[in-house]
Amino acid sequence: MNIFKLSIKNLFYRPLSSLLSLLLLALGVSMISLLVLINSVVQDQMNNNLKGIDMVVGAKGSPLQLILSSVYHVDSPTGNISLKEARSIEKNPMVGNSVPLLYGDNYEGFRIVGTNEKFIELYNLSIENGSFWDNEFEVVVGKKIATKLNLKVGDTFVTSHGLRETGEAHTNTPFTVVGITNFSNSVADQLILTSAESVWGVHGDHTHDDKEHDHDEEHDHDEEHDHDEEHDHDEEHDHDDDKEITAMLIKFNSPMNVIQFPRYINENTNLQSAVPSYEISRLFKLFGFGIETINLLAYLIIIVSGISIFITLFNSMKERKYDMALIRTLGGSRLQLSSMLVYEALVLTISGFILGIILSRLGLAFISSLMESSFNYSLNSYGILNDEFWLLAISIFIGLIACLIPSIQVYKMDISKTLSNE
Amino acid sequence: MIKTESLKFSYDGKKYFDFPDINLDSGENLLIIGNSGIGKTTLLHLLAGILKPESGSISISGTDISKFSDTELDKFRGDNIGIVFQKPHFISSLTINENLKLAQYLSPSKISGDAKKILESLNIKDKYQQKPNQLSEGEKQRASIALALINSPSLILADEPTSSLDDFNCNNVIKLLKKQANDHKAQLIVITHDARLKKHFKNNLNL
Repeated sequence: MNIFKLSIKNLFYRPLSSLLSLLLLALGVSMISLLVLINSVVQDQMNNNLKGIDMVVGAKGSPLQLILSSVYHVDSPTGNISLKEARSIEKNPMVGNSVPLLYGDNYEGFRIVGTNEKFIELYNLSIENGSFWDNEFEVVVGKKIATKLNLKVGDTFVTSHGLRETGEAHTNTPFTVVGITNFSNSVADQLILTSAESVWGVHGDHTHDDKEHDHDEEHDHDEEHDHDEEHDHDEEHDHDDDKEITAMLIKFNSPMNVIQFPRYINENTNLQSAVPSYEISRLFKLFGFGIETINLLAYLIIIVSGISIFITLFNSMKERKYDMALIRTLGGSRLQLSSMLVYEALVLTISGFILGIILSRLGLAFISSLMESSFNYSLNSYGILNDEFWLLAISIFIGLIACLIPSIQVYKMDISKTLSNE
Repeated sequence: MIKTESLKFSYDGKKYFDFPDINLDSGENLLIIGNSGIGKTTLLHLLAGILKPESGSISISGTDISKFSDTELDKFRGDNIGIVFQKPHFISSLTINENLKLAQYLSPSKISGDAKKILESLNIKDKYQQKPNQLSEGEKQRASIALALINSPSLILADEPTSSLDDFNCNNVIKLLKKQANDHKAQLIVITHDARLKKHFKNNLNL
C-alpha cells in the first residue's frame, strides 16, 4: 500500500463521481483530437492529391465541383468539353504538362477514368502486377480496388453507365484487367484507369438503338455547349471534332502563370478553369467556422470536467476529513496528504485523456468507414499527433488546477480540531 | 518512559490550559480523568504530537518532542505512538487489511507487527478483507486498536475508549487494551471522564 494506490482506491470508492469527471474529460479530449486528426488526414490527402496540378480545365459550373470531381474524384463532373478546345489550351506556351480525364462509367461504384500515360507520371504510379494498358478495353486497377473487389490480372468485367453502380450495364464491351498498381496513397488507388479511346469506344458504340438517348445519359449533367467555336484552328483535326473529354489537369511552365492564365480561360473561352489550391483553401474556410465552434465547445467540456473534478475533490474532503486526520496520526505528512489529492486528480485527467484518445480513434475508424462507403475514401492515421501532446499538457494542467485548492486546504488542515469535533 | 514538565497550552491566546506534570516509568500505565472542557483531548493531542505546547516539555522514551517540527512530529507519531479514538476512524475506501498496510507504509522505518497476528489476537481475523463500514461497532473498535498497535508503538493513547459502552463491554475493552499494551510492550495512557475505569489503573491523574 502506498499513497498512489490509496488514491486509486479512493477513486474507486466514489465510482460515479469519478466516472462523471472521467467521461467529461474523455469527451472533450476525443472531440478535439478527432478534429485534429480529421483535419490533418484530410489536408494530407488533399495536398498529396494536389501535387503537380496547378489548374483544372473543364465545363462551366462550380469551380469547387470541378476540383472535387477531377482532382479528388468525389463529386459529379461539371460536364464535358470538346477535345478540340482542350487541345488548343494544351498548345498554349504557358502550359507545361496536361493530363486529360474522361469519365463515363463505373464498376461497382469505382470510377473508370479514361486518360493517358501522363496520368501515370503525374501520380507517380508503378505496376505491382501485370502491365499498363496497350489496347482498348484494357484497364489498370488501383491497389485499393483490387484488394476490395479481389480483382486479378486477366479478370474481365462489365461497366455500368454513370458514376453509380445502378447505371445501365455496357455488356457489349467488357474490360480486361491487365495491371494492378502499387499503393500510391493518392486518389489513383481508388480509380480504374484506361485509355481515353476505351471510354469513347464504350459510348461511341453505334450499335445502340437510340443514339440520342445514349448521348443524353452519357453526360448526366446539364452541359450547355454553345457550339460557336472559334474556327481559327491551325492544324490537323480529323475526327476529333465531335470527341469530348471531361476535364484536363494542367501544370504550368512557370508558377507565375497561375495568376493570368485561369482568368484568360474563364473570360475568353467556353471553358472553366479552377485553381485547386485556391478552391481547397476556400473549402477549408467554409468548414473553418464549424470546426472552430466544435473546438470551442470541446474546450468548454474539458473545463467543465476540471470543475467536476474540483467539486468531487472538494466535497469528498468533508466526508473524508477523519480519514485524512487518521493518515496524519498514523505518521503521514502534510505533503503525503496533499499528494494523495493531486494523484487523484491526475489519475482522472490522464486516464480521461487516454480514454479520449481511444475514443477519437474509434470515431475516426467510424467516419473512415462512412467515407469509404460513400466516397471510396478512407482516412488512416492512428499515430499520436503533436497537437495531442498539447492536449495532454492541457488535461494535466486542468487536473492540477482542479486539485490546487483542495490540496492546499488539506495541507493546512488542523488535525487536532478535526479530531476533537468528533 | 513518559515525562511532561510545566506543560502549557492556549487556543488563540484565549483558553489557557496548565497541565500537571506527568512522570511515568516504563512499563507503567496511566489513567487521566477529568470532566468535559477541562482540556483532556488537548492533553492527549499534546502527548501525541498533534498539537505543540506553548511552553514546557514532553519527553517520550527519552526524546523531547516539544520542539519538533510538524514533519518530525508526524514521523515520530507514526513510529512511536498509537492512538485509539473514542469513535473508531479508518480510511473508508480501504479494507481492514489495507488500512493496516497503509499504517505500515506511513511509518516505513519501523519494524511493524504482523497484521494477521494482531487481528487474530483481537478476534477479528475473519474481517481482514472487509471494508470498515461492513464491521459492527464492537469490531470497529477492535480494528481501530489493531491500527494503533500495528507499528509496535511504545505509547498507546486512548481517548474516551469506553464512554459509550455499558459496564460489561467497558470492562472488556479496558482489559483488552491493557492486555494488548502489555503484550506489545507499550505503555498505555487512557484519557476519560469515565470513573468506572479508576479501578483498573494504579496510576490516576485528576485534571
